[in-house]
Amino acid sequence: MMAYIIRRVLYTIPLVLGVCVFTFLLFDVAFPPKARAVQELGRHANEKQIQNLIHTRGWDKGLFWHGEAKGFERLTDTRFVNHMKKLLLFRFGRTQKTHEEIGRKIREGMVPSLTLTVPIFVLGLVVGICLSLGVAYFRATYLDLGAVVVCVGFMSISILVYIIAGQLLLAQYMRSFPIYGYAGGAHAARFLILPILIAVVKGLGGDVRFYRTILLEEITRDYVRTARAKGLGERLILFKHVLKNAMIPVLTRTVLAIPFLFMGSLLLENFFGIPGLGNMTVEAVANGDTQVMAAMVYLGALLFALGNLLTDISYTLVDPRVRLR
Amino acid sequence: MNETQVMEARSLWAEAWHRLRRNRVAMVCLAIIVVYLVIGLMDFIPVRQTLGSGDSATHRWGTLVDWIFLKVVGATDKAESYSPPLRGRHVMGTDILGVDVLYKAVKGVRTAMILGGLTAAIYIPLGLLFGIIAGYFGKFIDDAIVYIYSTLACIPGILLLIALMSVMGKGLVQLCIAMGVTSWVGLCRLMRGETLKLRESDYVLAARALGAGWPRIIFRHILPNLFHIVIITFTLGFSGIILSEAVLSYIGIGVEATTISWGTMISEARMELSRDPSVWWHLTAAAGALFVLVLAFNVFGDALRDALDPKLRTE
Repeated sequence: MMAYIIRRVLYTIPLVLGVCVFTFLLFDVAFPPKARAVQELGRHANEKQIQNLIHTRGWDKGLFWHGEAKGFERLTDTRFVNHMKKLLLFRFGRTQKTHEEIGRKIREGMVPSLTLTVPIFVLGLVVGICLSLGVAYFRATYLDLGAVVVCVGFMSISILVYIIAGQLLLAQYMRSFPIYGYAGGAHAARFLILPILIAVVKGLGGDVRFYRTILLEEITRDYVRTARAKGLGERLILFKHVLKNAMIPVLTRTVLAIPFLFMGSLLLENFFGIPGLGNMTVEAVANGDTQVMAAMVYLGALLFALGNLLTDISYTLVDPRVRLR
Repeated sequence: MNETQVMEARSLWAEAWHRLRRNRVAMVCLAIIVVYLVIGLMDFIPVRQTLGSGDSATHRWGTLVDWIFLKVVGATDKAESYSPPLRGRHVMGTDILGVDVLYKAVKGVRTAMILGGLTAAIYIPLGLLFGIIAGYFGKFIDDAIVYIYSTLACIPGILLLIALMSVMGKGLVQLCIAMGVTSWVGLCRLMRGETLKLRESDYVLAARALGAGWPRIIFRHILPNLFHIVIITFTLGFSGIILSEAVLSYIGIGVEATTISWGTMISEARMELSRDPSVWWHLTAAAGALFVLVLAFNVFGDALRDALDPKLRTE
């Protein structure tokens, strides 16, 4: 077991390094320093300002070889090494526009993001599984068919429409929730209920359909027939035997989603003015801040790799049939 | 005489079509897709238009859709902004500039078609090529390709799109490239897995025993047996592409503002809802056009998968 976990951990290292290299290629090589400087300073910047910025940012150093440095620094004081150091040591630097520390901003943004995404995640999971159990109980009836139709319909609506319609109906006409803003502590709930509600409803379509497929797949298994032959009630079979076995594929999807809770939600945070990481990313896009974007891509990938790791490990814990390879 | 039922031998495609035809909902969805396709294609046919009359007439090139709307709605008909639906000739009302909303929604079909088509033209060859190479040749080639796509797959899709788009800049073609880069990974993974399976199949072994080289095995024996998965992936992936466009255009890194797309329409319409009286038709037209197409593709894609390969699990 321990050896397996260690091997899995070691396997994620090249992946994370690969992502760092990818961000370097994308933001440093494919996006030339001059274009970046012009984007940051605006179109009317003169040549001197541009050169100054390029120099202070260290963009005039070589990609892999810094000829002007001395000794060993020719190899270590390059754009590639600096970029990798920045990401791997979590020293992301400062934002372009406000010169705030990106690392601190990320740490601060995580809390509002989590207060938004964790309730969405928990509620979505509970409601989704309950509904799909109900649908599976009434399988092969018109209720089941209707539920699938509604699910696919829910999946086909753009998230923008959910947000805009939810904001309009619940906040503007019914005046039940504030439209925009955020407050710390217990006051946050007032601002968060609406986005949470919207996100849960948005996710239900895909989730219920997915869980239903898994439940129905399990229902045709031999052990269910055995349980039925034993005289167990349909409800007991469904809610105890089938649910337990269906948890494995559900778990894969769920555990993989956990790390992303830290990243927040791009659109929800932007629409509702929640100062989380999603909002920060949208702002970075608006400002063309490649430093923030590189940090976000790196963090997202790191969390994904972590999620994969967790999934694989929890697989082996939940299902003894899964062999350790 | 023994009455044994003899089933006519049918190819995979004929069999799938036979199964699909019995699925009425799927056929309705196919009809909807075809209608969209026809509208989209009509928007590629250039037509010379005459604006004004007499000496002041000017000519310009537009598409068949432009021409139809010119004839039906009228071009000189400079409508007031935010004229509500069903007033005058504007069935779906007008937007802030007095442009017919139905016209914009119909123009969005072409953008959606370019997006879906061009993206597919990028990611399908990529996914096929690398998937087959990795699966067939194995060893270090396989390791390298798996490493590359695992690395890309580590980056959350929306963040990867944002990163690519902010480097390449706004635009329809750039968007297609970015979506192609994010989409090929899923297909490549499927193709690799299938190729691994097919490589060991009896008919490939037989072909190899008969002395067929790798190009012949890949093109004659493996590739044709992968096509149905490609088609399923394309159909089920189409809706994701259209939905992503809307999100990216809202954030401001999708298509250019001058390109008429459902995404740009929705973002334009966002603030108009809170006007008094509320301008709801702009959003409704765009969201409705998008919803119907995505729904049709979702349902038809599911039916297609069930008809072609019931065992394939896609999400």
